Amino acid sequence: MKSLKIIVLAKQVPDTRNVGKDAMKADGTVNRAALPAIFNPEDLNALELALRIKDQLPETTITLLTMGPGRAADIIREGFFRGADDGILLSDRAFAGSDTLATSYALAQAIRKMGKFDLIIAGRQAIDGDTAQVGPQVAEKLKLPQITYVEEIVEISKSRIVAKRRLERGVETVAANLPLVLTANGTAPDCRSRNARLLMKYKHAKTVSEIQSANEDYLHLYNDRPYLNITEWSVNEIDHDPAQLGLNGSPTKVKKIENVVLQAKDSRIIPANDEGIEELMKELIDSHTIG
Amino acid sequence: MNNVFVYCESEEGIIAEVSLELLTKGRSLADMLNCRLEAVVAGVNLKDVEKQIMPFGVDVLHIAEDSRLDPYQTLPHASLLINLFKEEQPQIALMGATSTGRDLGPRVSSALHSGLTADCTGLEIGDHEDKKVNKVYENLLYQIRPAFGGNIIATIINPDHRPQMATVREGVMKKETRSAGYKGEVRMLDVNKYISPEDFVVKIIDRHIEKSKVNIKNAGIIVSGGYGVGSKENFNLLYELAEVIGAEVGASRAAVDAGFAGHERQIGQTGVTVRPKLYIACGISGQIQHRAGMEESAQIISINTDPDAPINSIADYVIVGDIAEVIPKMIKYYKKNTK
Repeated sequence: MKSLKIIVLAKQVPDTRNVGKDAMKADGTVNRAALPAIFNPEDLNALELALRIKDQLPETTITLLTMGPGRAADIIREGFFRGADDGILLSDRAFAGSDTLATSYALAQAIRKMGKFDLIIAGRQAIDGDTAQVGPQVAEKLKLPQITYVEEIVEISKSRIVAKRRLERGVETVAANLPLVLTANGTAPDCRSRNARLLMKYKHAKTVSEIQSANEDYLHLYNDRPYLNITEWSVNEIDHDPAQLGLNGSPTKVKKIENVVLQAKDSRIIPANDEGIEELMKELIDSHTIG
Repeated sequence: MNNVFVYCESEEGIIAEVSLELLTKGRSLADMLNCRLEAVVAGVNLKDVEKQIMPFGVDVLHIAEDSRLDPYQTLPHASLLINLFKEEQPQIALMGATSTGRDLGPRVSSALHSGLTADCTGLEIGDHEDKKVNKVYENLLYQIRPAFGGNIIATIINPDHRPQMATVREGVMKKETRSAGYKGEVRMLDVNKYISPEDFVVKIIDRHIEKSKVNIKNAGIIVSGGYGVGSKENFNLLYELAEVIGAEVGASRAAVDAGFAGHERQIGQTGVTVRPKLYIACGISGQIQHRAGMEESAQIISINTDPDAPINSIADYVIVGDIAEVIPKMIKYYKKNTK
């Protein structure tokens, strides 16, 4: 057997990197509608690491697993367009309010249901929370080793992996037997772009909920082409302890959210002309701030 | 039991700066909670490690000395903490938000089913009233961090689970010893009681760690650039100014993400926290995540084409203009007035 079963964990996130002026409402709260929902960037690095393994071992299958609301099916389609073989959307109100631990529990329970696998790859962290906790916590829930911050898979076989990790002040190369959990660092290669043939093939891929509201003319597609059906699991499809799900299963609680209010200082406006800047530089030199 | 614990990172017996900063914070939390401060260190060359750690007011130091524990690996260090915490039942456990702490913390919190908050910019003690169950929790750890792209600041608590865990980046907390002769107890741990041979399934086969060449944390003056600098080439202007006035060059996350500057220069919640005497912010809009890493600078100059950039409101001097015109003038008039 020269192939692996890989699960890629991915999250749809608001694009917090491009927060424009309209991202905040007049009352100071976040205007979520103004932030586009995107494929979490480091999860795309994770997908690329998986696709590179598939390039090497073509029988490899890649299944994308995501948890989120119905519209998170977008990132499964995005995964199909770039070369993923399958996708599962885990979606239920019971998961609402999950912190990283409750999220990891739900994902781990879904992974148990998915059956045998060789490798799980997640992005290092999601840009809406920057916690980097879900990858290691999924590994712990599944009692698997973890290799975090991976930027390159140096060697891969059915049973063993050698990976290069990016640390704060250097790199470390480690070897371990499969199965295990990897997290992909932003320094890993960028994800390949959409493939035109896959885009045509999968553009109508939908979850059951989406099919229900789809144009009737298309409904026959989902019988004729089973690969267009995106698997959607509610909480009932996974074995679970209700006490570990959602808000109740989250040890951390948000006590308070404050909008950022700037304590305005008494700023001095310096004209951007020669006189203004010379005056400023003199002042800084005289006060021994510089020089 | 129920004490404050700090996990101390060590390399060849040298304790990381961030761990010493956390010991300082841990000491003040322990004082407020009227409990003891305990530290854990695992690695090699730990014979005299208490000399580095005790002056921060540590009451109990747990030492796990074993050549297999340095360099850091996830599973053995996680097993050590998980099993030690099961015995000692800390109420609070702190670690650095470093590549080590952010790898270790989630694993430990998952095994203990305790909450963990990453990259805190503030830690305080306070009460919490849960009106739904009509219960008052006293002396919880308030874990304060920017969230949602830095547009909000969240206070996170863990009412029902222990330990309350948090990671904090280097430079966020101040480092301050309690007293040189502080007397604490040293406990040598029987490593094999905490760690099993199966914890060594991942093998390190190569490792290159460099001493950081960039020293923005201790720089007196920082010239820092944001996305508004526009390009890597424009960043050269910042280096020129820094060279002339004796400064280091920093960058916002947006500038690092855009490839204008390296990660080692990143200032902010997910980078380094700095407190220079002068911070010159060039083309930085000033999201909270960035401000969290520089707002304690003694003086701030903002150079921005946008008169309404958020950073201007915390700046002492605001220059509304293009850095390509302003910075050469700064260089020119610095040189003219220092000769």
